[in-house]
Amino acid sequence: MRNKLATESLFALSQPGRRGAEFPAADVPERPLSELIPASALADKPTGLPEVTESDVIRHFVNLSTLNMCVDTHFYPLGSCTMKYNPKRHERLASLPGIVDLHPYQNQSDLQGMLGMLYEMQEMLAEIAGLPAVSLQPAAGAQGEFTALLTAKAYFEDRGEKRTKVLFPNSAHGTNPASAAIAGFDCVQLASSKEGLVDLEDLKAHLDDQTAVFMVTNPNTLGLFEKDIKQIAQMVHDVGGLVYIDGANMNAILGYTRPGDFGGDMMHFNVHKTFTGPHGAGGPGSGPIAVRDFLADFLPGPVIHFHPDADETDQYTLETPAKSIGRVRSFYGNIGILVRGYCYLRTLGAPGLKAVSENAVLNANYLKALLKDVLPVPNGDLCMHEFVASASKSKAANGITAMDIAKRLLDFGFHAPTVYFPLVVPEAIMVEPTETESKETLDAFAETIIKILKEDPEFLHQAPHSTIVQRPDEVVAARNPILQCCEPQ
Amino acid sequence: MDQASLKFTKTHEWVGVEGDIATVGISDFAVNQLTDLVYIELPKIGSTCEAGKVFGEVESVKAVSDLYAPVSGEIVEANEALVDDQSPLSDDPFGAGWITKVKMSNPAELDQFMNADDYKKFCESEAH
Repeated sequence: MRNKLATESLFALSQPGRRGAEFPAADVPERPLSELIPASALADKPTGLPEVTESDVIRHFVNLSTLNMCVDTHFYPLGSCTMKYNPKRHERLASLPGIVDLHPYQNQSDLQGMLGMLYEMQEMLAEIAGLPAVSLQPAAGAQGEFTALLTAKAYFEDRGEKRTKVLFPNSAHGTNPASAAIAGFDCVQLASSKEGLVDLEDLKAHLDDQTAVFMVTNPNTLGLFEKDIKQIAQMVHDVGGLVYIDGANMNAILGYTRPGDFGGDMMHFNVHKTFTGPHGAGGPGSGPIAVRDFLADFLPGPVIHFHPDADETDQYTLETPAKSIGRVRSFYGNIGILVRGYCYLRTLGAPGLKAVSENAVLNANYLKALLKDVLPVPNGDLCMHEFVASASKSKAANGITAMDIAKRLLDFGFHAPTVYFPLVVPEAIMVEPTETESKETLDAFAETIIKILKEDPEFLHQAPHSTIVQRPDEVVAARNPILQCCEPQ
Repeated sequence: MDQASLKFTKTHEWVGVEGDIATVGISDFAVNQLTDLVYIELPKIGSTCEAGKVFGEVESVKAVSDLYAPVSGEIVEANEALVDDQSPLSDDPFGAGWITKVKMSNPAELDQFMNADDYKKFCESEAH
């Protein structure tokens, strides 16, 4: 059934002279390239693009897409990524001509509908965060972190303070220290407690007047709620620092608690995760940030203001905050994803959002209970929206690793969970079922893992057995990468 | 090197001492935990290092991990062969997989380290 020819590389499919479209003859005199482009910028020879027809290209990519797993085809419990189902209704709404055909350079008076929607999005995110000032600009979560850190830096500089350190626990997403380093801070990694939470003693030992920001994900990457978060925030505030909440795991707490209420001064949302948007495989994402009022002046611009008493054509205006750090992305952010998020929030409303978190937490705890005897969960009796199990027991008993289990799951039609993250758990298997999965799916997934753990370890080391590409040799690939993005030599 | 004569840190570096020169590598337990290594950044010859501070890094297909200097002193040699081929780190971690040699400025730092037996017990407790 599979069209194997179509999924060959486009270079292999290439035939000289084959074209997808024919252009009409030029109606202006032709001029040699060398007249138009300086010699220094001209290539020695053509770049060697594949020569194929439109149907070659369509069949190639459509067939390739069927070799992939996605939320629309498979259970996708990729921990930390919140791969929930994305309602198709949002796709339809986001594709309406009144939305996709807008141009950001149109007159502001023509854009009032879009600006109104974005303004409401700002307001809704502020309410969910418990933090009043929002910038929709960041293109995804990591850029949200970076933007918030620049905002904090500008705030401290404005106060004449020079603070150099950003602290984060060792269970943090790798983007936290990366954002801090790019923003020019020194990174300080803290230990976790036995329970998998922020180690208060270690935090205390590292807090001083050089501390700019403490970054923490709550619930954290182990799927645990940082129960001491208020005390933690107080400790950071006592030395004059700010608390950043990585909002990657907001799916667990929507409407139940708010970062602003438990001591956070800044946070980002992953709209593409928490509020649905097709993500994975490179986005696009959307990572708005929400901050306390005293940081609002430093946010990137433009932000959208609402003037209820103005004319209909002038009610929503674009403003740049007084001490803005400047733009971090063109125009207003990734509008397409923001529109999907807007639809999601408006569809569910406040009670619906609470139900999202309830079901996400219930699903994770149910699945954890089904699996904990075969895949022990080192931290915590109860989890939030995800849990981190460990394959250490099976590795020690018969050599079955987290990677083996992950690869073998593909054969049974399940996307693999996240493995080997967070680093604090050996042989980590990080499972996030999300709220959109049924009990039957969770039961089937758990039964499959139990079945896999009884299989021949040698057979598992070779898994997957049914996919087009089997187990790649990651070590050889990393040591001797063959990068090929143009015509094979 | 004879494993029994080595000293070990909690961050899984080993140290072999000859006079005031400390040969440093990472243990088989560490390599096993990291899985196959695919990249190493060696300490620079001629630079100084401080006990407990990062002085290099290794990368596996799973993660990037810092290398911590077990002792303070000056880097006098580095195993450049590892840059092109990291397999000795897995195949012979206590021999051909040595990473660097440090001319120690404070040999008393060695006193805090574990011997091979204690280190083995430490690893067993860490694995669970």
